[in-house]
Amino acid sequence: MTNTIGDIEDADVILVTGSNTTENHPVLSSHVKRAVKFKKAKMIVVDPRQIKLTGFADHWLRPNLGTDVAWINGLMHVIIAENLYDKTFVESRTTDFEAMKAVVQKFTPDYVEGITGIPARQMIDAARLYAGAKAGAILYCMGITQHTTGTDNVKSLANLAMLCGNLGVSGGGVNPLRGQNNVQGACDMGGLPNVYTGYQKVTDEAVRKKMEDAWGVTGLSDKIGLTVTKMVPMAHEGEIKAMYIIGENPLVSDPDLNHAEKSFSHLDFLVVQDIFMTETAQLADVILPSVCFAEKDGTFSNTERRVQRVRKAVDGPGAAWDDWRITCEIAKRMGYDMAYKNAGEIFEEIRRVTPSYAGISYTRIDSIGLHWPCPTEDHPGTPILHTSQFTHGKGVFHAIEFIPPAEHTDDEYPLYLTTGRVLYHYHTGTMTRRTDGLNELAPESFVEIAAQDAEKFGIPDESLINVASRRGTITVRVKISDMAVAGTVFIPFHYAEAAANKLTNAALDPVSNIPEYKVCAVKLSKVA
Amino acid sequence: MENQQTIVINGNRFNFTTGDTILEVALQNNIKIPTLCHLKGATPTGTCRVCVVEIAGQSELMTACDTRAAENMTVLTESTRVVESRRQTLHAMLSKGNHNCAVRAAHEESWTAYQLKVHQEDNSPELCPAWGDCRLQDLAYHYQVSGGGYTNVNALYPMEMANPFIIRDFSRCILCGRCVKACNEIQVNLAINFGYQGDAAKIIAKDDKPLKDSDCVFCGECMQVCPVGALVPKDARFDRPWEDEKVRSTCSYCGVGCQLDFHVKDNRIVKISGAEDAPPNYGSLCVKGRFGFNFVSSPDRLTTPLIKENGKFREATWDEALDLTAKRFSEIKEKHGADTIGVLTSARISNEDNYAAMKFTRAVLKTNNIDHCARL
Ligand code: SF4
Ligand code: SF4
Ligand code: SF4
Ligand code: FES
Repeated sequence: MTNTIGDIEDADVILVTGSNTTENHPVLSSHVKRAVKFKKAKMIVVDPRQIKLTGFADHWLRPNLGTDVAWINGLMHVIIAENLYDKTFVESRTTDFEAMKAVVQKFTPDYVEGITGIPARQMIDAARLYAGAKAGAILYCMGITQHTTGTDNVKSLANLAMLCGNLGVSGGGVNPLRGQNNVQGACDMGGLPNVYTGYQKVTDEAVRKKMEDAWGVTGLSDKIGLTVTKMVPMAHEGEIKAMYIIGENPLVSDPDLNHAEKSFSHLDFLVVQDIFMTETAQLADVILPSVCFAEKDGTFSNTERRVQRVRKAVDGPGAAWDDWRITCEIAKRMGYDMAYKNAGEIFEEIRRVTPSYAGISYTRIDSIGLHWPCPTEDHPGTPILHTSQFTHGKGVFHAIEFIPPAEHTDDEYPLYLTTGRVLYHYHTGTMTRRTDGLNELAPESFVEIAAQDAEKFGIPDESLINVASRRGTITVRVKISDMAVAGTVFIPFHYAEAAANKLTNAALDPVSNIPEYKVCAVKLSKVA
Repeated sequence: MENQQTIVINGNRFNFTTGDTILEVALQNNIKIPTLCHLKGATPTGTCRVCVVEIAGQSELMTACDTRAAENMTVLTESTRVVESRRQTLHAMLSKGNHNCAVRAAHEESWTAYQLKVHQEDNSPELCPAWGDCRLQDLAYHYQVSGGGYTNVNALYPMEMANPFIIRDFSRCILCGRCVKACNEIQVNLAINFGYQGDAAKIIAKDDKPLKDSDCVFCGECMQVCPVGALVPKDARFDRPWEDEKVRSTCSYCGVGCQLDFHVKDNRIVKISGAEDAPPNYGSLCVKGRFGFNFVSSPDRLTTPLIKENGKFREATWDEALDLTAKRFSEIKEKHGADTIGVLTSARISNEDNYAAMKFTRAVLKTNNIDHCARL
């Protein structure tokens, strides 16, 4: 997030899109609801489903699946045409405005209505509201990123925020909500193919030299590595021979599961390090047991870039070890001495090699976490990014064309499927499905379907039904709901026994390599 | 600049800002005024009246939580009148509900027999699970008040156990409304409210449905703020809080990163509560963060390294498993090159764990093939 969670309550207008906030980020959603109910904020929700937040919203726009670039360009078209944009901000802090303007030219409200299904009148009202805000916050989540055009969607939202001068101000910002607890931290720590800690590039020779010196090694690779969505098919082709998977269950979370399973079984050697025997671990040659968050010391970095302490409350089970300790022991046996007495020693090393974390210490964050960047011990941390300038000088507008989603409905597969989460479960369910109460409240997978569709296809509520895509079939229970829009069904992806990702499309966004979980075509049929 | 405004509390003069309540000024200056219904961050209800104070020149006692400080106001927080009023208030509350902790003497059985009976019958309404962790009980002791002998244990409304997490015991509810404020103004889940009138008053969900059939999402905020034993966690109902060790940590589910306290006893997590003094959540949690911790002590946890032989896993020592892993990685790196190995680190593990995995991949394996599943 460019801004903080608490900051949401200072917004005049909040635009929420692709985030079922009350289910996925419940405590953050309370800030949003308070801002709307008890403070001054107006809210625009753009979502194909009638999510709970729509009940708090002043405007709810319901776009067709996978048409985000179109409605965002549409908003910008109105804002520019009506001269509502922040000229000072655009002139002093950004570049390439003209190129963007040229592209959004054709995205008139009527044209956008044709693509997105959002009535022109609603588009115009929402555009005026957002542009009129002193501070407008944008919140988004996987509903924006999990598309073949995910990167375009994100850039489009940044365009919109810059156009209205909503960056660097309290109550504004472009705020991605991170799904898993430490996505921010995993990225900050260089758990990415192209960067070391703090987003220092592996292709930058000076950075490589610095890391080589810090680590006492030579010959660090300057070649950008593979993303997970590339590793899996390459394992299938035999180009990846071995994998070391720590605390992840890609066999349930991967798009196109059937393919992933084959890929992993093609590996010469697979090591899985986890707290449970997951579906992925079943395929491993070696399983290494690790401790969970309640059994370890360390830090997590939350979605607002706040680095916070994690503390050991209980002992781990049996012979389980800290993840870092296991990794260090493998390194040692491969001839590299990686030894730390405790997590605190690792954190000290992180600070030394990571400018944005340099000022953060366990002592400073003992009771309240700090937001990076925090370059020195006396720096207060950075709750709001881009207050006076962008990290790389000027903000660049991107001219973005609308590209329709990769898969379409047809006679055989007449319905769109979108996937997501429910409140009571988390990710692939390995943890929440082991808490009886949560299972009691959300025991099994379901397909959420609009009443019109249920009637059209002759499907009774609560019956079991087969849902099939071009890639696979799963059996789930029918839930007729007014949250669904006709023509689109929704399935949560937490349940391994009815894994929604057996159906989804592995088509990737060309830049981020994020799969298109949010749109694919399916058909329904009676269980034989 | 406008003149600094002052107020006199118990003979001492203090500054205040327009809009401050008497309670706020008192708190800022370390003067304790007892409260039951007041909830930080929510609008005052003014229902409990234990916060009453005496204001010079006013015949009525005033509630400190919703009376604003005024220039030259003179306030007494523990005058004889105030104390007498609080005692009456507390007595009335204790008499109205099943607050047996303070009326123990009213029971004929010996204390031991009483305890035995309670132990026999887990569901017994007799021993309050909040004993020792109850604001009302604390105040009853402080002001030396007991109830008027509440004998009717068959309360007007039966205890609600029909959900996995929260027990609602209406016989102990003092109708302070903190839960209502927490649900409507803090979490904004709009699930519960005051219902019925007079003696039939009750906190209701929807049109008086069990929580599980209402809009309740089991965030447990109401339970955390309930000052008595009317809302208690089902799993930790008879937890004795003073026996627990509290450990501050960060929730491991979503990216909000709520601050929480583990309550630990004998190496087990008994319960989790929201950390009230820390951002970003200031005490709030959601159902996953508050109740989703059973997995930690699940019997399904992996407890030993495993090696697959002939398609089956067998238990192994750390040395065996680590040696084998190191050997195979070295062989594959040697034979096919570093870039044929891939590492998936995790958005679930700590920064320190991620750093170690990152360093291992780059400095030891010598490849940049590292990613995590955040894209998925
Ligand atoms: S658990 Fe949460 S949603 Fe349910 S009644 Fe209590 S505060 Fe409201
Ligand atoms: S349930 Fe607890 S918090 Fe709610 S009104 Fe009763 S005593 Fe107060
Ligand atoms: S308590 Fe809920 S909202 Fe808070 S971090 Fe945990 S999962 Fe997220
Ligand atoms: S705390 Fe003031 S009336 Fe209850």
